Amino acid sequence: MPEVPKPEELMKIDYRPPERPWMETKPEFRGGRFCNAASPKWLEALDYPYARTWSVTDEDWNLPENWKDIVLESMHDRLNRFRSLRLFFDICVRCGACADKCHYFIGSGDPKNMPVLRAELLRSVYRRYYTVAGKLLGKLAGARELTEDVLKEWFYYLYQCTECRRCSVFCPYGIDMAELTILGRELLSSVGINTEWVMASVGSCYRTGNHIGAPPHAYKDMIDFFCDECEEVTGIRPRPSFNRKGAEILFVAPSGDYFADPGTYTFMGYLLLFEYLDLDYTISGYASEGGNFGYFISHEMGKRLNYKIYSEAKRLGVKWILGGECGHMWRVLNQYMDTWNGPADFLEEPVSPITDTRFENAKSTKMVHVTEFTADLIKHGKLKLDKSRNDHIVLTYHDSCNPARAMGLFEEPRYIMRNVCNNFYEMPQNTIRESTFCCGSGSGLNADELLEVRMRGGLPRANAVRYVHEKHGVNHLGCICAIDRAVLPPLLEYWGLDVEITGIHEMVANALVFPGEKKKTVDLRDRTLKGVEPEEIEEEE
Amino acid sequence: MKLDSLLSEKKFSILERWFNLILESYSADTQSFLKREKDRFDNPVAYEFGQGIEGIYEALLHGMDRDRVSSFLDRIISIRAIQDFSPSGAIAFIFLLKKVIREELEREARENGISEELIELESRIDGLALLSFDIYMKRREKLYEIRVNEVKNRVSGLLRRAGLISELEEKPDPKKRKH
Ligand code: SF4
Ligand code: SF4
Repeated sequence: MPEVPKPEELMKIDYRPPERPWMETKPEFRGGRFCNAASPKWLEALDYPYARTWSVTDEDWNLPENWKDIVLESMHDRLNRFRSLRLFFDICVRCGACADKCHYFIGSGDPKNMPVLRAELLRSVYRRYYTVAGKLLGKLAGARELTEDVLKEWFYYLYQCTECRRCSVFCPYGIDMAELTILGRELLSSVGINTEWVMASVGSCYRTGNHIGAPPHAYKDMIDFFCDECEEVTGIRPRPSFNRKGAEILFVAPSGDYFADPGTYTFMGYLLLFEYLDLDYTISGYASEGGNFGYFISHEMGKRLNYKIYSEAKRLGVKWILGGECGHMWRVLNQYMDTWNGPADFLEEPVSPITDTRFENAKSTKMVHVTEFTADLIKHGKLKLDKSRNDHIVLTYHDSCNPARAMGLFEEPRYIMRNVCNNFYEMPQNTIRESTFCCGSGSGLNADELLEVRMRGGLPRANAVRYVHEKHGVNHLGCICAIDRAVLPPLLEYWGLDVEITGIHEMVANALVFPGEKKKTVDLRDRTLKGVEPEEIEEEE
Repeated sequence: MKLDSLLSEKKFSILERWFNLILESYSADTQSFLKREKDRFDNPVAYEFGQGIEGIYEALLHGMDRDRVSSFLDRIISIRAIQDFSPSGAIAFIFLLKKVIREELEREARENGISEELIELESRIDGLALLSFDIYMKRREKLYEIRVNEVKNRVSGLLRRAGLISELEEKPDPKKRKH
């Protein structure tokens, strides 16, 4: 008879993980916990090296023969080019202040998701090859050889970091883990280790200007369709223009806003607002993406994909640029664009044509965030708003990591929300503003195959949403990020929360009172407004 | 009856032992974080586990309907179902309660003749274990369901209904346009 464990024996099973030093534990690639390898076609299209077919679960990753030299050379090159990298490697005192601040550590309990240890995965190799102590003492000095297992471990954990920079807020030295992750992913790319989700977006973006690969006419069709929808719901038809030379403003949104729900309603919100203002703006068929997946994997790729924005602004001869509700797009625009592809001296310092407000904060980049623009309009009383049209919404607000931590954009979205919605409740202080918890799916991790990791990472966020949902009956979670709008619905579904995700400009459009408009009975999603009787809707029909 | 009052009396120490035993399934660094951080938003896992085990314990003591006790089990299982555990590892925590109760009540069991009641209690815990298995499966099924829906919802339903996306679904092969 084969041995069958008795219940008592099962009970005695010891689930304690073996206490082995971190350097000796290897990651296990199980489904739901890693992103698929990129197919060679994207790499070829982008002139990325070592395009080949390989699979993460294979023992042999088909690396080039001299992979180790290549990686070390890449590291060497980056140490010389980025003073920050050497600094981040050298100055960490391992105080542990960042250790429990990462949503992946909090949600997974995996110690290698502590930011300090995530960095240590790279730093240990740096020590081995670039410090005297590491060369001489090896492990004793926290140094280790670069092996294939180490490379696999980098892949595993660098694609479990959303580059959200929450840990950096708590680090006394401001060590920027997002930068380390990007540079680490660059090292992986140098030997052809990339993920399909990111490379497909980057490859498409390089070709058509947007992550989804929509050519200009398809992009235009979609926006025309949104105009139809706006007209049907509100009776007002927006009249956007495309590639119009001499327009005052170029408007750039993330593709998530015109391709996926509920971002589409945010896009309709922009269109209606601009129509209300009779704004002199245009949309470019090539600068059709504010997001930048290139930035998640390398500074060079980020720069290449970002180039189109200034170049289209120049070609169209606009005065300044207005940008939509996106997350990482704003880290790129606010902190990198100017040095990468500036100076944009062919543009003017942005001035609102409606209020004459000069956006001095955008003096150099010439690009204004749409919530800055709208908050200013409200402040100057330029919008007639009927808040009660959002009375079916009980709202809280998720500070998307990048606008919050990379831009300090805390007040403008809140100011708008308070002016368009009567019911607004904040989540607990330690989960918002600069301490905001990530959605768990940023930086190219929103692949469906990574779902388990994403649910772990999003746990602290969902947990805070649950609190306001139970306490105040919150039924909508506002955000200003297209990735959030795509990934928060599945997150909240897993955690069992009946809460919808909404962009801010969707609610602005709901509240906006157009002169001579027809009586509003439904919102942009065709949901009946509070206080509207069923007969009123029938009458209209 | 004797057992019930003993369980009420020892509730705090039993729950504490149970909680610590559950945390032993994590590495040392993680355990110390889970025990140290008391803020429910900075440490949602420990908070949920704490709430979950207390609810389950109450259910055992005073009885509870299936839905309510399931919701307490789910507070723990929903988390462990997406962490690095095997299915048995994810729900083993419920069996640990037997171990804790036996150890805590060892002396009383011998002296006060409550072993029969104890056996009855243990079979109720077994019932909870079966329930846990269902909950675990539901959680895993939910994950698959979300994944399938996510792939479908990647493109706006509005656009799909308007027939605006067929063209995009067949992305041209970039190899063909080699520069
Ligand atoms: S995911 Fe965020 S908190 Fe975690 S290591 Fe990366 S940057 Fe830091
Ligand atoms: S907080 Fe900064 S210095 Fe301290 S361990 Fe983390 S990265 Fe190192």
